[in-house]
Amino acid sequence: MEKTLPMPRAATAKKINMNKLANRTLHYLVLTLLAVITVYPFWWTLVTALSTSGDVFTYPPRMWPENPGLDNFVEVFKTIDVIAFYKNSIIISVLTVAGTLIVCSMAAYPLARMQFPGRNIVFGAILATMILPSEVNFLVNFITVSKLGMGDTYTGVILPGLAGAVGIFLMKQAFEAVPNDLVDAARVDGATEWQIFWHIMLPLARPALAALTILTLVAAWNQYIWPSIVMASPDKFPLSVGVLYLSGAFSFKIRVVAAGAVLTVLPILIVFLFTQRYFLRGFDGAVK
Amino acid sequence: MSASKKNTLQAWLFLAPALLLLLAFSFWPVGFGSYLAFTQYNLIDAPVWVGLDNFRELFEDELFISALQNSALYLLVVPAIQVLAILLAVLVNNQLPGIKFYRAAYYLPVVTTVSVIGVIWNFMYTDDGALNAVLRWLHVINEPIGWLSDDRIALFSVMFVTIWRGLGWYMVLYLAGLQSVPQDVYEAAVLDGANAWQRFWKITVPLLMPTILLCSVMSMLAAVKCFEEVQIMTKGGPMQSTYTALFYAYEFGIKSLNFGRALAASLVMSVFCVALAWLNFRYLQPRKK
Repeated sequence: MEKTLPMPRAATAKKINMNKLANRTLHYLVLTLLAVITVYPFWWTLVTALSTSGDVFTYPPRMWPENPGLDNFVEVFKTIDVIAFYKNSIIISVLTVAGTLIVCSMAAYPLARMQFPGRNIVFGAILATMILPSEVNFLVNFITVSKLGMGDTYTGVILPGLAGAVGIFLMKQAFEAVPNDLVDAARVDGATEWQIFWHIMLPLARPALAALTILTLVAAWNQYIWPSIVMASPDKFPLSVGVLYLSGAFSFKIRVVAAGAVLTVLPILIVFLFTQRYFLRGFDGAVK
Repeated sequence: MSASKKNTLQAWLFLAPALLLLLAFSFWPVGFGSYLAFTQYNLIDAPVWVGLDNFRELFEDELFISALQNSALYLLVVPAIQVLAILLAVLVNNQLPGIKFYRAAYYLPVVTTVSVIGVIWNFMYTDDGALNAVLRWLHVINEPIGWLSDDRIALFSVMFVTIWRGLGWYMVLYLAGLQSVPQDVYEAAVLDGANAWQRFWKITVPLLMPTILLCSVMSMLAAVKCFEEVQIMTKGGPMQSTYTALFYAYEFGIKSLNFGRALAASLVMSVFCVALAWLNFRYLQPRKK
């Protein structure tokens, strides 16, 4: 073992502090480098969307907008029907959230609180959908939706995604946490299962409902491939699909396309900033 | 009606909407899709049984073979994502000032729609785009690289986007895993003189094994099924070099309405995926003593 000269206490403490400082600096350096890699492409797009003059591509890349203004955004509104795209995205997202909350919590209630024959089979079947190769479902679902006359409709976009195993499990867990006494008391008072579900379970499961709302909202707003398959007429495109319509038809107007991209992600980024904890859960427990 | 029968009926009524939807849009695709793989079907005429013809044509089609190879090659994103995500999780698993900002920054791509990600990265990747400019500025390269126009590189450029947009998601899963590791184990290790590197390999990694298993299965299946990025950024080009197996299925099914061929391709993929998942559980499952 290496022999070290005995050092006065203060000097040791100072050395440890210096080490700690060096470590900390390195830590932040790595953190920042990685953050630049994930954030810079967004920043570049925002800067380009806000620039109204000069070259689009510069060397070295632009860090701040040149002659900042909203001209490009105005141009987007003139070029494509952004209002319609917004409307479509909002309709699809809101109906998807409402439908998911209803369908998933209804399915979760008997699984959490009722005894009936076939319960385990149903539970297993729902679990199985998580293992099924769902990414290839879009081919047959496209056939199904077309044959049901739901092609090019909001219903066709919304319906297939409503019942999800994750949503059902989330609600099931919340319902299982409701104290038995409350339910028993309600049953003694002659409440029906529906009344228990509606007046006791749902109000007490509010945190889970909030989490499911946020997660579903973001997923519905961001879904791209399925609405692009179902929707045939451009005036029914949600923003996620419409932005590609813009970049396809006006690829030479890079600033306008960048502005379109900003308009597409802005609402959901705002939602994300206010509801981060629902996504970044996992730390709040242990590191408090 | 007896009380228990009424109870059962009620339970099924609660379940009915979800079960009908799952039946129609989750189970039906598997059954009907498998059947269609052995037929010729174009959405208009009734399906015609053709036996194994679709599969024979598939494996005689060089495009499908190269698409399959590309999907297998796509598995390279898995180790990259796992290593980087664990690194990120370790880096943000503390309460340093500003750490919440960093977590959100890493998660940003996860909450961005894939179409916008494709648009943004097409900007980054063009010849005079930001990526080439930064690399030239750092004197790493002299000539711009055709990230998406060079058929030897394009697939890897698309793979990088997949890594970039998935990192935050896996970071969060690993964070949850890290935080279930009891702190006193670390404290004991520090007392025994273990350095940070030893603590990471001897404590963190073994205790993180269940999360690593989950994440590697998830990212492997996502990798071999990847096609949205391709559909948005390259449409399979240049020179069909970025075709993945599912993009092939998408092109034949949705674009050409050749559902037999498309579903045969996706059936091959499904078998591939089941095998991958099985391998993961076989070899990454923590051994019970």
